[in-house]
Amino acid sequence: MTLLTVTGLSKRFPARRGLVEILRRTPRQAVHAVEQVSLDVMRGETLGIVGESGCGKSTLARCLVRLHEPDGGSVSFDGTDVLALEGDARRRFNRQVQMVFQDPYGSLNPRMTVGDTLGEALAVHRVVPAAEIPARVRSLLDLVHLPQDAALRYPHEFSGGQRQRIGIARALAVEPSLIIADEPVSALDVSVQASIVNLLMELQDRLGLTLVFITHDLRLVKHMTHRVAVMYLGRIVEIGPTAEIFARPQHPYTQALIRAVPLVKARRRDGEAAVMGEMPSPLNPPSGCAFHPRCPRAEPECALSVPDLSDRGAGWQVACRRA
Amino acid sequence: MSGDLLEITDLKVTFDTPRGPVHAVDGVSFSVGRGEVLGIVGESGSGKSVTLRAIPRLLHANAAVTGRALWRGQDLFAMDAETLRRVRGGKIAAIFQEPMSALNPVLPIGQQIDEVLVAHTTHDRAARRRRGAELLGLVGIASAATRLDQYPHEFSGGMRQRAMIAIALAANPELLLADEPTTALDVTIQDQILKLMLRLVAELGMSMVLVTHDLGVIAETCDRVAVMYAGRLCETGVVAEVFERPLHAYTRALLQSMPGEGAARAQLIPIPGQPPRVDKPVPGCAFAPRCTLTEARCASERPLLRALAPAHASACHAGERLLAETGP
Amino acid sequence: MKRLSAPLIGGMILLGAVMLCAMIPDVLAPYDPLGFDFAALLAPPSAAHPFGTDQFGRDMLSRTISAARIDLQIALFATIFPCVLGVLIGLFVGWYGGVADMIFGRLVDLVVTFPFLVLVIAIVAILGPGLVNMYIAITIVGWVAYARLMHSEVLVQKAGEYVAAARVLGYSTPRILFRHILPNAIRPVLVYLVSDMALVILLGSSLGYLGLGAQPPEAEWGVLIADGKNFFNQAPWIALFPGAVIVIAGLGFSLTGDGLADLLEVKR
Repeated sequence: MTLLTVTGLSKRFPARRGLVEILRRTPRQAVHAVEQVSLDVMRGETLGIVGESGCGKSTLARCLVRLHEPDGGSVSFDGTDVLALEGDARRRFNRQVQMVFQDPYGSLNPRMTVGDTLGEALAVHRVVPAAEIPARVRSLLDLVHLPQDAALRYPHEFSGGQRQRIGIARALAVEPSLIIADEPVSALDVSVQASIVNLLMELQDRLGLTLVFITHDLRLVKHMTHRVAVMYLGRIVEIGPTAEIFARPQHPYTQALIRAVPLVKARRRDGEAAVMGEMPSPLNPPSGCAFHPRCPRAEPECALSVPDLSDRGAGWQVACRRA
Repeated sequence: MSGDLLEITDLKVTFDTPRGPVHAVDGVSFSVGRGEVLGIVGESGSGKSVTLRAIPRLLHANAAVTGRALWRGQDLFAMDAETLRRVRGGKIAAIFQEPMSALNPVLPIGQQIDEVLVAHTTHDRAARRRRGAELLGLVGIASAATRLDQYPHEFSGGMRQRAMIAIALAANPELLLADEPTTALDVTIQDQILKLMLRLVAELGMSMVLVTHDLGVIAETCDRVAVMYAGRLCETGVVAEVFERPLHAYTRALLQSMPGEGAARAQLIPIPGQPPRVDKPVPGCAFAPRCTLTEARCASERPLLRALAPAHASACHAGERLLAETGP
Repeated sequence: MKRLSAPLIGGMILLGAVMLCAMIPDVLAPYDPLGFDFAALLAPPSAAHPFGTDQFGRDMLSRTISAARIDLQIALFATIFPCVLGVLIGLFVGWYGGVADMIFGRLVDLVVTFPFLVLVIAIVAILGPGLVNMYIAITIVGWVAYARLMHSEVLVQKAGEYVAAARVLGYSTPRILFRHILPNAIRPVLVYLVSDMALVILLGSSLGYLGLGAQPPEAEWGVLIADGKNFFNQAPWIALFPGAVIVIAGLGFSLTGDGLADLLEVKR
């Protein structure tokens, strides 16, 4: 069952022009952050969105909750057109879809106690009657395994991992069905990461949540997600079941990405890098397949047109002419 | 070992802060052999970067450094300024996490290489220019002659790190100190830079000390590893040996906490609690409050680093137990 | 809770003394500030008259004390009005950006091109002298500094993830602006407000001295100095002591401002 459907979503950020460029009528350049992204999120699953910095994964996440307004395409949640929602309907959507952020230091209002932060979400959405808010705050803290006295304390009194728990509790306060987690453990030490990953998986199973997990860390994607979408320069290049993609990656970029991850099991590896070159500027993306300048298997046609995502069966799609 | 290039003995670094002394590094000893790549791994606050920066005396004045750092038998900590200057940048070079802040933004890359060559070689201007282009070529920067005249902001993140390596290599150092050189980079670029560094170590016969928080980077890059926690050395040994058979409770817990070969979506095994604050001295083992293998003496008696297997030393009271469990 | 710092305590003691003068001048002043004493015209400082007397034999200590009320009133009104106006403008312009931002930018350019004092004097000259008109003039010119501070701070806070979280939670814009952004953005404004109080006392005194601010017989330190200037060679104390008090009050505000900056620093 599909919970969220994204169709042809695009987001561009116009680049600033100087006075000279305005006077010369230089056409306004734009960063193509997200280009023609389509995907489905199934109820109850964890979908990973993975890619390197600048690939558009965070912009995509922010478009889904309308922190950015997309320039094109549509987002439909449970059958309703998300991009057309206003007023009360939009607030009802906000209760359904919540977000967990990356920065444990910046994602909480430093001037509010944890209790106030959680209570505010409960009060604004009238999740429970005002009298029951303190009790609900306590049960939320319990849910994310924080002590009860946390409610009276300020964010700076907590460690990075604990703050991420507070951020998760805030998202859960409004009883959403979909959580979009944007690099939720990237800022944490490995030993702390594990506990937050565990918490997310535990909550998902207990509350029947759907999770969109955005990260650059392939190890986490492999461990946590049911399906994964690999992004490169604003587009999805491969999407499908995680286990199969990790076992037999089809797109040359996916292959390079997986090969580049340093593994604990590996031994000192001299030799060739997984892929040469760097991601080009999204201000001026290459023609055709954006990966072709770095691709070891590129042929002249690759520079001519953007390859479509084509089906490989079992919900596995690859956007490569040579795969 | 007498053939060691660098031998650190009982390194202690204490920072004098407004809130009292902070024992960032607390009695660390290790050595680096010729041509060897040593990895220092630890989480934030483990003292790994401070250790690295203490070696060429790069720490600020509020850091009190004691111990010995023998460079070919000469103590770097006791060296006069002129000798130190010749060793630092000449024989020992360093690269850092943020190439953008380590490079001078208003000087072309070529001039920054030139500065090192002026300080440490007797080449004339033309020879230095040739050497600059050669160095950029060596680190995989194409069209080196034009790139020499470009400024750091004209380089991408990965290219900047390459340029920084080129500057570090200018004076033909024998030891490269690398502090999280790939942490700010994307995974495919990290892979390129690590491979480049390994190639250079082999081609130029350098030694390298690589500081990172990423166990995977250690596994793919280093010969030996030193694991640090709360300013102390937990375990050292050959990478394969340490990662396959950790003899310190912390190393074992750290390895177990990584998502890896377990079944998909299986619960991971986090390390409970928080890393300790280093502003208070810990009487026993610093890891004891978070450890699942504690014995009575762990809280009071500081475990000493001792060899438990060939080329494998651990500072853990449970070391022998772990050794017995895993067999010879 | 943070400990109060030495500058803050020092500043608050100085301000406390000035405030005490403003609240109970009749109790503190040894003489009637308007009472003539022809037996002691232009008397130098003595045990009976620690600050001396003026040309009418009025006790300068009593006059300085009773002038505190008007100067404190100036310190308050000449900062609060521009502050509130500037904060609101900065908050909305920073949040909405776009066209508002462009108009705001030009407006700021326009105001900062003129020297502050010249602009205030010009406006008072049009409106006519007097305290109320002085407040209006200072507000018209002074909001810009507050709005600029607020504007840049709002831009920083707006990019913070806690603001994104509030938006994703569907909070209303007023709630986000006043409950989330304002408390986190206000610190530099408050610090500036307190040090601005020192500046506007000087400004009020300058205008008083020029006859554009407080009008006699309303005593105000600047007016006292203006009175004393004609007798500066024979009786320098008439101008000297009110001048010294202005400096002390200014110091009190500055120290308090510095102390406040540390106290309000948010922990991350």
